[in-house]
Amino acid sequence: MNRSSKYAFAAVALGGAAIAALVASTVTAQGGVTIKLACGTVGSQQALCKTAAERWAAKTGNKIEVVPNVASSNERLALFQQQLSAGSSDVDVYQIENIWPGLLADYFVDLKQYVPEATIKEFFPSMIEADTVDGKLVDLPWYGDAGLLYYRKDLLTKYGYKSPPTTWAQLTTMATKIQAGEKKANPNFWGYVWQGAAYEGLTCDALEWIYSHGGGTIVDPKGNVTVNNPQAIAALDMAAKWVGTISPKGVTTYSEEESRGVWQAGNAAFMRNWPYAFPLGNGDTSPIKGKFDVTVLPRGPGATGKNAATFGGHSLAVNRFSKNAKAAADLVVFLTSAESQKERAIVGGYNPSRPSVYKDADVLKASPFLGRLYDVFANAVVRPTTVTATKYPRVSEAFWNAANSVLTGKAKAAAAMSDLENELKRIKGAKW
Amino acid sequence: MQQSTDIKPVPRARRFSLAAWRARTAWLFLAPSLLILVLVAAYPLFRTFQLSLFDVSILKFPLEPVWVGFDNYVALFSDPRWWRSVWNTVNFTFFSVFFETVLGLIIALIVHSEFRGRGLVRTAMLVPWAIPGVVSSQMWRWMFNDVYGVINDLLMKLRIIAAPVAWLAEPAFVMPAIIAIDVWKTTPFMALILLAGLQGIPKELYEAARVDGASPVQQFWRITWPLLRPSLLVALIFRTLDALRVFDMIYIVAGSQVETISMSIYARQQLISFGSLGYGSAVATGIFLILAMYITAYLVALKVEVK
Repeated sequence: MNRSSKYAFAAVALGGAAIAALVASTVTAQGGVTIKLACGTVGSQQALCKTAAERWAAKTGNKIEVVPNVASSNERLALFQQQLSAGSSDVDVYQIENIWPGLLADYFVDLKQYVPEATIKEFFPSMIEADTVDGKLVDLPWYGDAGLLYYRKDLLTKYGYKSPPTTWAQLTTMATKIQAGEKKANPNFWGYVWQGAAYEGLTCDALEWIYSHGGGTIVDPKGNVTVNNPQAIAALDMAAKWVGTISPKGVTTYSEEESRGVWQAGNAAFMRNWPYAFPLGNGDTSPIKGKFDVTVLPRGPGATGKNAATFGGHSLAVNRFSKNAKAAADLVVFLTSAESQKERAIVGGYNPSRPSVYKDADVLKASPFLGRLYDVFANAVVRPTTVTATKYPRVSEAFWNAANSVLTGKAKAAAAMSDLENELKRIKGAKW
Repeated sequence: MQQSTDIKPVPRARRFSLAAWRARTAWLFLAPSLLILVLVAAYPLFRTFQLSLFDVSILKFPLEPVWVGFDNYVALFSDPRWWRSVWNTVNFTFFSVFFETVLGLIIALIVHSEFRGRGLVRTAMLVPWAIPGVVSSQMWRWMFNDVYGVINDLLMKLRIIAAPVAWLAEPAFVMPAIIAIDVWKTTPFMALILLAGLQGIPKELYEAARVDGASPVQQFWRITWPLLRPSLLVALIFRTLDALRVFDMIYIVAGSQVETISMSIYARQQLISFGSLGYGSAVATGIFLILAMYITAYLVALKVEVK
């Protein structure tokens, strides 16, 4: 044996010993197991998730490890798909979006085998239904999300408005007037910010415009492509006119955090965003603390107009390749319990997935707006994930690209919707 | 061979076995590298091609591959999004490599001349190339931001533009913006290779030219340019190959939007975002064929050059 191969041998032996020690430590640490958890990162989620999971660890004698994650939902889905399809057991508990169960169902355990029937009944039945694929309970709902209209109370009063806008036309008028007035002192001021980048967030925003105009849900529940209709075209035309007038031109590159950046600095009169921006905007260092409120997004014009809010819940699922599925399911039950959700509602503004938490006095005191969100959920519109199943990422991608091309002025809405119809039919093929 | 006439000729069989022995040794020495090539290049390539003949989704567990023959390639050929990504990539490659070569040559010529602090300039020049692509792309993305970006701020202070421009939102500006980032990042690499080429040119040639009364322009075209061409060609091959595979810069600055999607981003989208292992593999094979065509063309050009 020469010198270098001796070193190589020693290195391999050492490495092997280290791996063995690592494996041993994950299995036997204080008699418990280590559960790895991938939770969301937008806003205050990660910190909240970590403290709650650590409480569970302390209670059960197990350990938890919060796995670093990415903010963009498209990227997260791609990452999870990659890990799961490679049969990886690196993450035990995944936080997934309510549009994913249909895509990832094969890779998660059926929670019915670990969670008592009575516990399942305590959640919103509609959420449980959305999370059940072919009779399998893929995940437990954690919080509900819906698009909201944020408005500046102080500016509305300043410009003589008594209440927030109820139609898109009113919103446009009010935003134009406030912006014209405010821009004199602050050249960076804009009327309305939202999510216009070519990603899943634009699918949510554009679905709200179209649905509120009575233009349907891109693909109807029977699987027909319905997006090419006059109401949908009118809705996109309306949004395209905002770009460069009441919204900055760059809004077509904004996701949630970019819009919140403009809004929370006090540079916008209105914003479309999810509920998480509420407690953040009321934080102690926030320049707009106490100056704003939320309401349901405006209606479209005429008889077909209605309120719409894209529903975007998040839930927790257990990896089918997890070596500690039972403990992981226990963590999921703990995190989705009424007590944990109460904390999340008060501190983070996340909407509980259990009706009982909405009636909790502490919750209502800390964030009175949660009570009103009940109405928003009543108007929620669901993205066409169930019917398009594993082809949903393609449908959504085609849709957001079409919407983005209208917003940036590359295509006229009518032509874009007609192209989109052909594209969606091509993706659909013989069936979804 | 002169000496061999006065000794006995080597028996034919032995000479043959010597040649065979040498060939065997050669193969033996080559074997590890060939094995590695087969493992890391040939096998994945073959697997990708094999997968491209199936319709298979990573979203199914267990996987359910369905044999579809060349259907994926038929679909690829008539896929406007694929051709758009090919066009974007070629567009990006042409303009970025063009500007990088011109600027790289100018910088190499300047740095090659004698001046104080040359060592410092040569080191500082490499900074953009040393920053990881993901980091510099994100940095530029912020600099290009329409509301708080430094580029708008500077241009407005210099009174070149009157109002902020949404660089990454305007379809007409987003590709030029990305090309600008690539030029900023990769020009140092080009300059470095060309500088090495310049330093390989013997100084005596210039001295002789000066004695003969050649002007600096004549010196450039008669000495520098012809002797620099081999290095230039090598630099061009490297850069073009690199640019044709572009992923990180475009992906971070513009995501997978239609105006700027590159071939690699399209392959990733099919394979990972959409989970189509079969079609995605067909895209990957398509990229391989395009790169192979390009390399063949360059090799032919290089051969002509060497002759």
